[in-house]
Amino acid sequence: MQESQEMRAVFTETLIHLAEQDPRVVVLDADLMRANGTLPFQERFPDRTFDVGIAEANMIGIAAGLSLEGFIPFPATFATFATRRCYDQAVLSNAYAGLNVKIVGTDPGISSELNGGTHMPTEDIALMRSIPGNTVVEFVDCASVRALLPQIKEHNGPCYVRLFRKKAEHVYDDGVKLTLGKAYPLKHGEDVAIFCTGILVKEALDAYEILAADGISAEIVNIHTIKPLDKEAVVAAAGKTGAVVTAENHSVINGLGSAVSEVLSEQCPVPMRRIGFQDCFGEVGKMDYLMKRFHLTAPDIVRAAKDVVAQKRTGPSHI
Amino acid sequence: MENLKETAKQIRIGILHMIGTLGVGHIGGSLSIADLLAVLYFAVMHVDPQNPKWEDRDRLVLSKGHAGPALYAALALRGFYPMELCDTLNQPGTNFPSHCDRLKTPGIDMTTGSLGQGLSQAVGIALGLQLKKSPSNVYVILGDGEQQEGQIWEAAMYAASRKLDHLIGFTDYNHMQLDGMVEDINSLSPLADKWTAFGWQVFEVDGHDCEKIYETIQQAQRVEHKPVMILLHTIKGKGAAFSEGKLASHSMNVTPEMALAAIETLNEEDT
Repeated sequence: MQESQEMRAVFTETLIHLAEQDPRVVVLDADLMRANGTLPFQERFPDRTFDVGIAEANMIGIAAGLSLEGFIPFPATFATFATRRCYDQAVLSNAYAGLNVKIVGTDPGISSELNGGTHMPTEDIALMRSIPGNTVVEFVDCASVRALLPQIKEHNGPCYVRLFRKKAEHVYDDGVKLTLGKAYPLKHGEDVAIFCTGILVKEALDAYEILAADGISAEIVNIHTIKPLDKEAVVAAAGKTGAVVTAENHSVINGLGSAVSEVLSEQCPVPMRRIGFQDCFGEVGKMDYLMKRFHLTAPDIVRAAKDVVAQKRTGPSHI
Repeated sequence: MENLKETAKQIRIGILHMIGTLGVGHIGGSLSIADLLAVLYFAVMHVDPQNPKWEDRDRLVLSKGHAGPALYAALALRGFYPMELCDTLNQPGTNFPSHCDRLKTPGIDMTTGSLGQGLSQAVGIALGLQLKKSPSNVYVILGDGEQQEGQIWEAAMYAASRKLDHLIGFTDYNHMQLDGMVEDINSLSPLADKWTAFGWQVFEVDGHDCEKIYETIQQAQRVEHKPVMILLHTIKGKGAAFSEGKLASHSMNVTPEMALAAIETLNEEDT
């Protein structure tokens, strides 16, 4: 079921709430306040909002300076521009300098829809999780924003937050308690573990039902904190089921799939498939089309799950 | 002012000693800002060597982070740590790396090294100080070559938009960069006009005349509602015959003998 509120509205509402209690919270944007939904923050805290214009590198540098003075800056823009357009600034002015900037990237992956391939970030998690000490979080729905944003604010260290800005599919109930850096199963199962993030959590839950009808019991684990990865939870679910699928609205290179593979190849190698952009650029289109175009749907997850379950039972499938 | 000249000389001696001890370093762009650092740390900036993170201190961002050795020497002379420590420059485990690192060296306010980022950082600091209603000033030292980076001009625009009059920038205008003369590679001219056009109040001064630098900063502090850029006309490698005015001085081999000979010459000069 689609939620009634847009995630950007809940994000800003939550941030305003945090800022009312903590004068250190400030927001920066690069001429996308309307799109990112940060305007209400500016209305509430005009002195603590800095729209720097179309200049992302400058925005991250300024955020670093504000952090140096003890503030907790949340610079926001489309995820493409929030990561690759200002990567050196995110690395050196912020993370290497030991500062506390929380970069917010909106419209991840296919959710940039009609802005098309130029605006479709499929490598933002890859970039941001390569930065030492950088926490990387992807929200799932409004309740996950409310649960995790206060912890992100309190966490002392650089952070990248991936925010779908429109109305998400409902996954977590209001008041859910999520812990930054911890992953819990949404569904328990025995045959295959499906690690999923962002808008693909809903697809994984749909896949759970389809698989169940076919007699396959799937464990669904939402990885909202992609870095630091909850290795214990990943190894536990992989060890229990012996077969793994990852699902992300991002490239399979160096995103969630890679993060999970890194852990499992060292600690618990099992048959595995990665759902995500298969080393290709995005393109223009509506979400429904793009989900199918890049094979990010529940049926795609189901196929991958059946494949790893078969491989577990009979050895490599040589697809 | 005689003291400032002597301090600038001691900063140069410190630079020569630490780079001579190591055998190689960014000596040119370090020597060219020695006079500015003497003025800033001994006549202008409010700092407390006993409390490097003192909330009410003035801040400095050395955007041309490769001139770290100059700042290390200035901070040592100001009493942040003994000068001998600087001779660990770039040795394994040192707290004195080539490029400034706020997490390693007492008194270093910001980490720099990737050119073009320091002005944005300084703008952020100035905005932060404004929010805290702090009267502290922010000083930022830019190289001339690094102004080829677009981020400098993004920050320049925004600083003027925000009327940041507690922000004072300096350009070490020595006209040289690693690959050659700035004018030949990617010209900045007319640099004063550029900063003026970007909404900054611009002053120009002999970057090796401590008295004039001091007077110019006094004027700069009186400017209201806009940031100030002071163009320091400098000579790269100033103060050592083997480096002064030499393109090769950006990063060069310096033997202990070369360093000692240059130090001896400086000591013989009447300051």
